[in-house]
Amino acid sequence: MDFLQPSSWHEALAIRAERPDALPIAGGTDVMVELNFDRRRPGALLDLTRVGELREWSVEDGGRVRLGAGVPYARVIGELGDRLPGLAMAARTVGSPQIRVRGTVGGNLGSASPAGDAHPPLLAAGAEVEVASAARGTRRVPVADYFTGVKRNVLEPDELIAAVLVPTAAGPQQFCKVGTRNAMVISVSAFALALHPDRQAVGTGIGSAAPTPRCAPEAEEFLAGELDWAARRPLPEGLARAFGERVAAAAAPIDDVRGTAAYRRHSLAVLARRAVTWAWDDLRRAA
Amino acid sequence: MRVTTTVNGTERTADDVWPGESLLYLLRERLGLPGAKNACEQGECGSCTVYLDGEPVCACLVAAGQAIGREVTTVEGLADGQSLHPVQEAFVEAGAVQCGFCTPGLVVAAHDLLARVPEPSDPEIREALAGNLCRCTGYEKILDAVRLAARRQATR
Repeated sequence: MDFLQPSSWHEALAIRAERPDALPIAGGTDVMVELNFDRRRPGALLDLTRVGELREWSVEDGGRVRLGAGVPYARVIGELGDRLPGLAMAARTVGSPQIRVRGTVGGNLGSASPAGDAHPPLLAAGAEVEVASAARGTRRVPVADYFTGVKRNVLEPDELIAAVLVPTAAGPQQFCKVGTRNAMVISVSAFALALHPDRQAVGTGIGSAAPTPRCAPEAEEFLAGELDWAARRPLPEGLARAFGERVAAAAAPIDDVRGTAAYRRHSLAVLARRAVTWAWDDLRRAA
Repeated sequence: MRVTTTVNGTERTADDVWPGESLLYLLRERLGLPGAKNACEQGECGSCTVYLDGEPVCACLVAAGQAIGREVTTVEGLADGQSLHPVQEAFVEAGAVQCGFCTPGLVVAAHDLLARVPEPSDPEIREALAGNLCRCTGYEKILDAVRLAARRQATR
């Protein structure tokens, strides 16, 4: 095994092109577990922690945050809670302090686990993943099209994740997940909600309840049509519950060691009902 | 491969390091620093917690090569010669040590908390130690130790 350590993004892409057998590593919170347990023996590790460009974030024209793939969760929490509240809430639930200073949103996307905590808020916000290769340059993929299967994504063998582009929140966002305790859990189910009052739209993201993270488009459309965006009156009786049922219907969960499919569906309905209740209250208070 | 890194203030070099090796293995097996413990090897238990460039991390989840040129501080680096750090003293006095396996990681995590938040609330202590498992104490004595260390620190 080789240890490849580029010091710039340009160099990282060149190495990636030459070494499709190299496994990219950033915070190591997923990759090192695979190595420690002998589950994976890549030809090389491609260490991205020296690539300064990946550790920066900026605000683009149009108000989107361009979050470098190597920004750890601890910095998302500390620096982006106002602009990206949903992602910051999810980041707060990742692992433990030791994990949050190392783990990155880019790494979460690279692993592409259906249980990745960053994925539901990125879906709800309508984010895009920026990937790049030395040969073809940069392309941007909507998060909703990014996941292709359990721990699979659209990355080509010569591509690396550069950044994720997340619209600055125009309204309240929520993230909730169910697990056996608050810290250190892989979620049994997770749900993210974003209200977009500027365009009277709703974004959703479901985690741990389908082969990939996914949205609940029918539930989004239903809720957006029912909410009283103009007067922002209290939620009508039963609306939050009906929304929760539609979110649960969009899931395709399985039974596994962490929970049953039935429990995942049930808990998603509860999480979605609570999320919309909290988010709508926030929006009414802001008015 | 060769790994040169600063550990507890001293530059250390190890040769023939396997590129997939963890910082934890490097510290324990090559540099003779067995303070950080090897338990879960998946970042769940926190018993291998060390500082990497001033941040508490699970050494089992850092590739040894990622520590090249960085600063590592292990639990061995907290004491001042033969005298224990106040956090370590507090752990002994409060009875926060039983089998001792989780202790080095908890001491580093508590040390980090008190450096950032001199007078932490109980929820802050629990949050800061959420990544460190102890199967003996039931945590109460550990919380006592952190409160004691905080009080001592405040009166110094």
